[in-house]
Amino acid sequence: MAAEVETSGSMQDRRRGAPSSLARSEQINGWLFIMPALVLLGIFMVYPILWSLWMSFQVGRGMNFSFGGLTNIIRLTQDPVFIRALTNTLLFLAVQVPIMLVLALLFANALNDSKLWGRGFFRTAIFLPCVTSLVAYSVIFKSIFALDGIANQTLLALHLIENPINWLSDPFWARVVVISAITWRWTGYNMIFYLAAMQNIDRSIYEAAKIDGVPSWARFWFMTVPMLKPVILFTAVTSTIGTLQLFDEVNLLTNGGPSDATLTLSLYIYNLSFRFMPSFGYAATVSYVIVVLVGVLSLIQFLIARDRRG
Amino acid sequence: MSKALALTGRALTYLALSLAAFVSIFPFFWMILGTTNTSADIIRGKTSPGSALIDNIVKFLNSFDMARVLFNSFLIAGLGTALTLLVASLAGYGFEMFRSRFREKIFGGMLLMLSIPFAALMIPLFMMMANFRIINTYQAVILPSIASIFVIFYFRQATKAFPSELRDAARIDGLKEWQIFLHVYMPVMRSTYAAATIIVFMANWNNYLWPLIVLQTNEMKTLTLVVATLTAGYTPDFGVIMVGAIAATLPTLIIFFLLQRRFVEGMLGAVK
Repeated sequence: MAAEVETSGSMQDRRRGAPSSLARSEQINGWLFIMPALVLLGIFMVYPILWSLWMSFQVGRGMNFSFGGLTNIIRLTQDPVFIRALTNTLLFLAVQVPIMLVLALLFANALNDSKLWGRGFFRTAIFLPCVTSLVAYSVIFKSIFALDGIANQTLLALHLIENPINWLSDPFWARVVVISAITWRWTGYNMIFYLAAMQNIDRSIYEAAKIDGVPSWARFWFMTVPMLKPVILFTAVTSTIGTLQLFDEVNLLTNGGPSDATLTLSLYIYNLSFRFMPSFGYAATVSYVIVVLVGVLSLIQFLIARDRRG
Repeated sequence: MSKALALTGRALTYLALSLAAFVSIFPFFWMILGTTNTSADIIRGKTSPGSALIDNIVKFLNSFDMARVLFNSFLIAGLGTALTLLVASLAGYGFEMFRSRFREKIFGGMLLMLSIPFAALMIPLFMMMANFRIINTYQAVILPSIASIFVIFYFRQATKAFPSELRDAARIDGLKEWQIFLHVYMPVMRSTYAAATIIVFMANWNNYLWPLIVLQTNEMKTLTLVVATLTAGYTPDFGVIMVGAIAATLPTLIIFFLLQRRFVEGMLGAVK
């Protein structure tokens, strides 16, 4: 049915005037090739996301549900653990993503200099962390930031601190460790995107600016950054989505502690669903908070990027 | 004056890059060093190699049925990757080579779905697997991961470089569409497949949250889950954990060093 409708409105010029049996087979083949993907996405993505929406209005424990209307949404506003998880997640987002993207941009800019000695080495070294599995690097960081661990030993030896910091048991420092860990893992990943985009910029415009006496910081800020805007937007959106779903690192490094200081929304959903007596309806409501946040933040970032361009 | 300034800037650049390189590499060094030390030495921050390597490896091998764990990891990552590549390349080819206004709309809708967080899917997916009665099976881990919008997008972008003359020639030779895909498109696009294999395999190999939810017994655990399990508890043995962390990182590390360019290509893939 749908296939019939489209054939008449086909956009492809070369198909115009072709015998209709060919157009028809093109249509059938077009659907056949994408069908496996569409079926799988329908079952494992579209259906679950709608189910999740329906479930967010259900109350009850385990597999017993009843319609609860707005009960879950009211519960959200009165749940201190949820508020905690939400503020933690937004805090990680607001602090970690900008630090990481700025670092990535600066490293990429430094490495884009073809006269830089040891360029390949630096690039590989900074990129290397994103080869590790989230679980592996989380446990390594856990040992580095143990109370008598190498991090404290080093800081003590350098006389930067007088007493060892109880990294993973202090709410403030636990957050610092989580943020450092994620930054360690993902900075090189984002840097690679910037480097690739920088290498597509025509070098002669830099030469021209150099001759005109534009200093290097100004070349970076007024030329490179504006030209990288699409890539920066892309990395900002993907990093935002990633951070809003933060789970592996906090689960392994701190398990959300101490006293929920590093509890994220994803970890809370996991706890609600799989650790305690399952409260699937309420967990689904929390998960929709992430959906809404991702949507709203992506839209804002998109609008900012478009605005600046005009 | 300005020359001195430029020189200082250069020195600062090297300093910053050296620091970044050190910070990036140190945890790897720490992981390797850790395999030779006892747990007590590791959390005491001992920076010299110890003599506990054999002991750590033996303890690691005895902690779980490692042959089974490796089999689980390779089966899940390998089969998952093969299916993802097949489904995604079919779709990428279909979207790009047979265009229609309606399918473009579907494609646009798929791009919007890229931002659906997994956290919002995991509860219904878990209940679905429970209904299918396939909790704690390989298919429960693999099925939801097969259709990846990101990889479909990647293949569609790459297909733009596929010369349509090849397809036309094959049609004149009388090949059917699926034969063209199998015998012309797949061989021509092998470097795209290679880059996608690396990225998808790595994602599957490292996947943690979903396997953690659906794989519930020890004999179904993947290497990633084993390392996480070793970390849980009050007195984790870090020497043993470091051996596990190396085992979990090694496959992706080897792929990275052997195929660095492809690796980076794969990561950049979809944005080109």
